[in-house]
Amino acid sequence: MPLEVRNLAGGYGDRPIVEAVNLALAQGEWLSLLGANGSGKSTLLRVMSRILRPQAGVVLLDGRDIHQLAPAATARKLALLPQQQIVPEGLTVHQLVSLGRSPHQPWWQWELDAAGQAQVADALHWTELEPYRDRPVAALSGGERQRAFLALALAQAPKVLLLDEPTTFLDLHYQLQLLELLKRLNQQQGLSIITVLHDINLAARYSDRLALLRQGHLWNVGPPAAMLTPDHLRAVFDIEVALMQTPVGLQICPLATAMPAPESAPLQPTLM
Amino acid sequence: MTITTRPSPQALTRPPSSQRVALAASVLLLGLLTIVFLSLTHGSVALTGAELLAAALRQGSDIHHTILWDLRLPRLLAALLVGAALGLSGALLQGMLRNGLASPFLLGISAGAGLMVVLMIGLNLVQLWVPLGAWLGAVVTTLLVYLLARTGTTLSIERLILGGVAFSSLFGAVQSLLLLNSPDGQFQAALNWLIGSLNGRGWAEVTLVGPGLVVAAIAGCLLARQVNVLCLGDDLATGLGTSLLRSRCLIGGVATLLAAGAVSMAGLVGFVGLIVPHGVRLLVGTDYRLVLPFSTLGGALVLAGADLLARTGPVELPVGAVTALLGAPVFIALLYRRRFGGR
Repeated sequence: MPLEVRNLAGGYGDRPIVEAVNLALAQGEWLSLLGANGSGKSTLLRVMSRILRPQAGVVLLDGRDIHQLAPAATARKLALLPQQQIVPEGLTVHQLVSLGRSPHQPWWQWELDAAGQAQVADALHWTELEPYRDRPVAALSGGERQRAFLALALAQAPKVLLLDEPTTFLDLHYQLQLLELLKRLNQQQGLSIITVLHDINLAARYSDRLALLRQGHLWNVGPPAAMLTPDHLRAVFDIEVALMQTPVGLQICPLATAMPAPESAPLQPTLM
Repeated sequence: MTITTRPSPQALTRPPSSQRVALAASVLLLGLLTIVFLSLTHGSVALTGAELLAAALRQGSDIHHTILWDLRLPRLLAALLVGAALGLSGALLQGMLRNGLASPFLLGISAGAGLMVVLMIGLNLVQLWVPLGAWLGAVVTTLLVYLLARTGTTLSIERLILGGVAFSSLFGAVQSLLLLNSPDGQFQAALNWLIGSLNGRGWAEVTLVGPGLVVAAIAGCLLARQVNVLCLGDDLATGLGTSLLRSRCLIGGVATLLAAGAVSMAGLVGFVGLIVPHGVRLLVGTDYRLVLPFSTLGGALVLAGADLLARTGPVELPVGAVTALLGAPVFIALLYRRRFGGR
């Protein structure tokens, strides 16, 4: 397993946001974390990417605890596309993507070696950014910027890529373009992917498995067809849905917010 | 996913071409050579080019030897070293803190050094110990600020800046109280030092502090890629394998050593470390692999030029007063251009 979390708890200060999470990502798998606002999706991703230290449990990268590994050693295998991004003005696409080689360079080394240059060229090729190589990142459209930051992550040559809400603020065209690109990387390069997504339909369409989080706990995890059930979605999102079989697979149509569950019958997860 | 653009005085334009960078480097080096020549030839006794060359080869008049080797050259070297150290220190801190208002004195260096100097002058300690005291005051205050800013294994930018402001206020208040209660002679001596001056700086200061500053400057320039990564934000920097605590300690440590060395030589020379990195970013963009060495050269040029101006008039001014007099309008002009989106 390239990435595995065992009995993980994490949050801010002493207050846990997610607790008792057990999850394993298979080689070449795409897993999406789904849940309502405040369910702990982003917090879980931040613990998995070393931004937050776990309050309990471990995150294993190729069987080794990432919080015991050197930061650069982790970053050579695990890349992150965070939710908040800062674009230093004047920085070109090539300069930005070249920074993705940082974990592979000693701290004093300014320039890329031959392997680094080849990896940066590949990252620009995969993300179709070669024509934008010398443009300032700040001058790109939202979708192009997102691809530039994805290229930065790919320049790390990671085995696992974590993306925190990568499609938010992108229009439908750029959402599909980005997710199609990720699917190609997933299938052709064998890249293992974990995404936090708000759009259930996009998550179901592109992911191999969905992990549903509810109030800081892993509610259930499994293939999209098994997770997109009215019961699960009512429990996790408090919504009533209609299910539709479409050319791109099973999709949902939200109908209404659900009635609160009676206290006498608390919801219980059934892990698969 | 939200994308924010880092505030910068630069308008959204294409990054500088390599030709432009080469041109900027040429202009900077030419300016530096001109200032060096003028600094060595101008003064109460003017030297011609031929006299300068003869004195440099230890030929000709003994007075010219003395003027060049014992007075002007060490003072010029001191100005170049102090300016380079302040320019680089300011650029490192502005990059690390992602804040264009950061100066080498932001982390409490000026207040710590100032308080130590006022204490030492008040205690009538030998003048020789004042630079060492200033250096110690600067370094210890920055250490205190770092300790205050550290929470567990993280070091937040906000806490660093607030810690610097808090210690600066506290030590500044104590310094003011001591100054108010000191005799006139001591007050004048302390004030001279607090404004910043290169008057009378000689080989002793250059040989004592210079080598350390050169080593720190080389280390600082080598940290350029680290600064570039930190400019992408904490989350992405962490994702790229950067230890925020270690990087900020390393960059802040080098910046502090540079600023403390400069302070120990020349006192509190303001504005160089604040303005030079701004000007450099306008010239060469925001890649710190260029910003750091250019800020080093730019700082040396600006301070040597300011010192030349300071000793050109009928009465010599402290160089710190000249940098403040010239620096404040330049800074206001930069803000004005930023407000109206110009470069």
